[in-house]
Amino acid sequence: MPTDATSGAAKRGKSFAHVAEASWGKGLSTLLRIVRMTLRHPWQVAITLVSTFIAATLQLFIPRLLGRAIDQAQGVIAAGAGTAAEQALWHTALTLLVVSILRGLFTMAQNYFGEAVGHQTGYELRLAFYEKIQRLSFSFHDKVHTGDLITLGLLDLDGVRMFFSTGILRVVLLGVLIGVGAYLLISTDLVLGLLSLSFVPFVAWRSSVTQLRLRSTWLTLQERLSVLSRVMDENLGGIRVVRAFAAQRHELKKFDRAKQDALELANQRVDIRVANTSAMNFSFLAAMGLVLWFGGQKVIAGQISVGTLAQFLTFMTILQMPVRQLGLMVNSFARASTCGTRLFELLDTELDIEDAPDARELVITDGVLRFDDVGFRYEGAGGRPTLSGISFEAKPGETVGIVGPPGSGKSTIAHLIPRFYDVTSGAITIDGQDISKVTLQSLRKVVGVVQQDAFLFTTSIENNIAYGNPWARETRIGQAAEYAQLHNYIIGLPAGYTTVVGERGASLSGGQRQRLTIARSLMLRPSVLVFDDSTAAIDAGTEQRIRAAMKRFAKDRVTLIISHRLSSLMHADQILFVEGGRIVERGTHEELLALGGRYRALYDLQLRPDDDRLEGAA
Amino acid sequence: MMSTQDDDEKDDKSGRPTKAVVGSHRDEEEVFGKAYDPRIVRRIWSFVRPYQGRIFISVAAVLVFTLTQLAIPLVIRYAIDHGMAPGRLDRSVMISAIVTFTVIILINYAASYVQESVVGKVAENVLSDLRRAMFSHLQLVSLSFMDKTEVGRLMSRLQGDVNSMQEFLETSVMSVGDIVLLFGIVTVLLWLDFRLGLLTLSTMPMLFIVRLFWLPRAKVAFMAAHETNSIANGALAEGIHGVRTVQSLERQHVNFDLYDEKVLANLNAHLRSARYAQVMVPIVDTLTGIAMATVIVVGGSMVLSHSLDVGVMVAFLFYIQRFFDPIRSLTMQYSVMQRAMASGQRISEVLDVPVDVSDKDNAVALSRDTDGSVEFRNVTFGYRPNQPVLKNIFFRVNPGETVALVGPTGSGKSSSMALVHRFYDVWSGQVLVGGHDVRDLTQDSLGDQVAMVLQEPFLFSGTVLENIRYHKTSASREEVVRAAQAVGAHDFIEQLPGGYDTELEQRGGNLSLGQRQLISFARALVADAKILVLDEATASIDSYTEMLIQRALITLLEGRTGLVIAHRLATIRGADRIIVLQNGEIVESGNHEQLMLRKGLYARLYNMNYASFDDISEEEMGMDAALGKAT
Repeated sequence: MPTDATSGAAKRGKSFAHVAEASWGKGLSTLLRIVRMTLRHPWQVAITLVSTFIAATLQLFIPRLLGRAIDQAQGVIAAGAGTAAEQALWHTALTLLVVSILRGLFTMAQNYFGEAVGHQTGYELRLAFYEKIQRLSFSFHDKVHTGDLITLGLLDLDGVRMFFSTGILRVVLLGVLIGVGAYLLISTDLVLGLLSLSFVPFVAWRSSVTQLRLRSTWLTLQERLSVLSRVMDENLGGIRVVRAFAAQRHELKKFDRAKQDALELANQRVDIRVANTSAMNFSFLAAMGLVLWFGGQKVIAGQISVGTLAQFLTFMTILQMPVRQLGLMVNSFARASTCGTRLFELLDTELDIEDAPDARELVITDGVLRFDDVGFRYEGAGGRPTLSGISFEAKPGETVGIVGPPGSGKSTIAHLIPRFYDVTSGAITIDGQDISKVTLQSLRKVVGVVQQDAFLFTTSIENNIAYGNPWARETRIGQAAEYAQLHNYIIGLPAGYTTVVGERGASLSGGQRQRLTIARSLMLRPSVLVFDDSTAAIDAGTEQRIRAAMKRFAKDRVTLIISHRLSSLMHADQILFVEGGRIVERGTHEELLALGGRYRALYDLQLRPDDDRLEGAA
Repeated sequence: MMSTQDDDEKDDKSGRPTKAVVGSHRDEEEVFGKAYDPRIVRRIWSFVRPYQGRIFISVAAVLVFTLTQLAIPLVIRYAIDHGMAPGRLDRSVMISAIVTFTVIILINYAASYVQESVVGKVAENVLSDLRRAMFSHLQLVSLSFMDKTEVGRLMSRLQGDVNSMQEFLETSVMSVGDIVLLFGIVTVLLWLDFRLGLLTLSTMPMLFIVRLFWLPRAKVAFMAAHETNSIANGALAEGIHGVRTVQSLERQHVNFDLYDEKVLANLNAHLRSARYAQVMVPIVDTLTGIAMATVIVVGGSMVLSHSLDVGVMVAFLFYIQRFFDPIRSLTMQYSVMQRAMASGQRISEVLDVPVDVSDKDNAVALSRDTDGSVEFRNVTFGYRPNQPVLKNIFFRVNPGETVALVGPTGSGKSSSMALVHRFYDVWSGQVLVGGHDVRDLTQDSLGDQVAMVLQEPFLFSGTVLENIRYHKTSASREEVVRAAQAVGAHDFIEQLPGGYDTELEQRGGNLSLGQRQLISFARALVADAKILVLDEATASIDSYTEMLIQRALITLLEGRTGLVIAHRLATIRGADRIIVLQNGEIVESGNHEQLMLRKGLYARLYNMNYASFDDISEEEMGMDAALGKAT
């Protein structure tokens, strides 16, 4: 992959949606890169360009043939006998028919292969984009808004994809039509030739300026429309709040404001567009009038034939459409260079979490997890490090509980083990192997993290459970669900394991979602299993049963439980109390209670009888 | 492949994973309807009617525009035949021709301007009106409709369907021009020379026939391209949203292959539809070639034999260039109309949703000095016929009292809460607020006196300040700060980058659940209603925030009548009275001690010693597992 100026900017972590219009140099290198991408299909590109050239040239012959036919009909050319003149007409007519058919076929080839090149480039870009997104680390995804990524992958990618057919091809087409056309016309008659082309510069300028203006107002319009749709979306999503506060009138006012903003701009855009099309149309017709007037004079003076005049006039009609589209071409260049710059910036982003060059597979012998003086600081976060001096060791069969106030960094510990983030200092080892020196794939197969806010995919329950091992047999899926205490619920559903859940599926309660997530992690049979505050919505009884069910396997694995609920972790072999990124207390439940420190205080807060607590609080 | 420690069964990891998909397929809505449905047209027309005058102007402009287009070749013909034909050279004819030409193109200019500008703006305005009508209607329709309908569906009505009417509105006026142009060309050609006209026009039906065969097939291909596109885009969006899960479960490779399949299918569908679109090009070119060849051979011979003026031949050639355009756009218009009818149908459906809950004609406003009592008298209510979720409920909450509603999922707690606010009307019995039947009160005044805090705190985009004074936009900054202080939200708000003026991300995404909860408390406090209806959050909140919330609750309920759907023991024990609901009936009521003595459902729930009643497993409740639909 060629490196260009874009990759440097990406490292600084900009928001992609807000990259302003690209600078000229950068825009140019982006366009060149798109051209290089299309050249991966050299044959199709060649066919397209050759077809475009032939089709445009053939089209230029049509006015000539028509002019000749008119002259022949008037007997200007073949002044001979009747049959000879008629034969000449037949000859011209057949030539014209053949030229028309060929032009049609070559235009078809031009359009089809032009689109094909674009779609194939789009296909390649989509795969590259998807692959990149899936591999970029958590820190990248923390910084970049999902909405921006989606825009990048849909709209910006389209802008790049269309560049070949709407940008490059049009340049060739217009170049041939105007260049060759001008040559033919001017060599026929200088004055008439210049007059017939006189509308070209004006229309080209007008339509380019207008398209650029329409493009910039379009971007603003999209912003205003998205405000409008946000108002509607929030209103409908929060309709109960709206009704509860009897705020319909307030909401309508909000809607009207947003609506009016969008409407005004939309109307302005109509004005811009219309002023342009009618002016272009007029300049074209005016040029036609000039040709008619001066051409007519020349015909009268006997300098040219009526056929030649007709040739000029028909030539103008041929040129009219493509010249008007010149603005679209300019637009296509502008769009491709900004969209492409953004897109390539993402594609060139370096992965900050990757296999080391000499990475080896992680080999589990015992399954001992060790934190050695681990420190961590989030990228871009100044001030205090999130974690510092974290050291502990857990042997297979052991459970470590981590507890602490919100923002203490306890979840971060969970994210370091599967290398969602890399430690800034110190090291984490599994069986003595530094996790930063083993392959990511082998590491993540061994470490299972049950996340706090787990994402459910819109597919069946069984597919969700088997997400990490989609080859799994049904018996294993059922087993995992049983361990997670979800099986009985699932079989009670009308569609059982095939019930669709997720965004557009059946709604599950918070606890059910968490149990599903636990089942999903169990499918990996991890050697290190981390619960990242992931039983919070599960009641204590069920949680206990889950723990009991998993005990069968617990002897082979290290279990880490991160929670703010003490009942979830007080049975742990070792409890770490984390505050401000440091371990401030450690020991067993009994030891920590006896210590009478922060753990004790939290215990009192959570497990004292409610009355005391409320009174104490009030 | 790594081996895991257990080998009781091995999964065959060769070949295609059986349990994997990426993206989900949403059933596409009907895209094409009948081409013409008078009912829908009338409905849409009612939105166009206010712009009747302008529509009339634009149609007139279209007609003028089309006529000038038709006239231009005729002027050229006139100039050639009368001004420059051999033996008939006449400068004065040329002058009058060029003057006529100038006049025509000036009219053309004006007409084209008027037509496009008026149509374009009318279309924008009609769309805007249509959208507003739907939106404001949705503010009135019953919540049972809103509950049943996905927000995404409604949004696609408000956006996609409304937008597809735009194309229809703009093109319908243009179609008038196309039809006139088509008939105009036919008429002019036949008028100029009947025989030659007839011969030339004979190519036209061929195009019609070809289009007729082509259109249905091409439409299938276009649809497939569109559909595979949205499938692939859906898969991409899922990949982006679920990226953390994908990475933690190492699904990248599987997903990549599956995504590749979808994108490839999309590529092929696009190529196929491009083939369909492009195959028309040589057909149209061939037919144009045939028509021109006909004019050259037949017309040319006629000119040779002096039975036709050469200018007519030139005019014929000009018309042929424009010949197929109207046919092309008119056949396209057919699909546009079908699409518009399908969208119009869906738009009408939204506009026709009945408004079940509305103010009576003689509704009175609930006065500010209402005592704030709430009473349920023999209330029966449900969402689906014959499936009541509340059965013969009687209870009364006295002014200033706090009553906790307790019961398993699906017992009818949330429904009772909704009835106080008259989100729905009861089937039988009465709900009274301040001694008035809620159906006799205006909804606005009820909203003023009954504040509601939902389980899932819903925040709007905008600043923290705007959110807290959502109900009372006139509230001063001081009032807002005081409310935030009272509920214990002030400290964390001050720590936000912009304090009270911090813009919230969508749905308050930049705040934790506990913080959102506190803001929604402050919002209720600013509303300063006599009655507070509150559905306690079930999701677990860390002990520190939880403590803040419990304290805030006490502040919030001070001096108010409270009806609380309680999940936490602390809240329940703090209530004056506890009502235990099961399957839509009150099974127990009383204070904590009384209920504990009864040793009924409440005592059983309490003795399980859970922090929350909410996720108690179904077996322990002794209930059917399938009942677990969230309230």
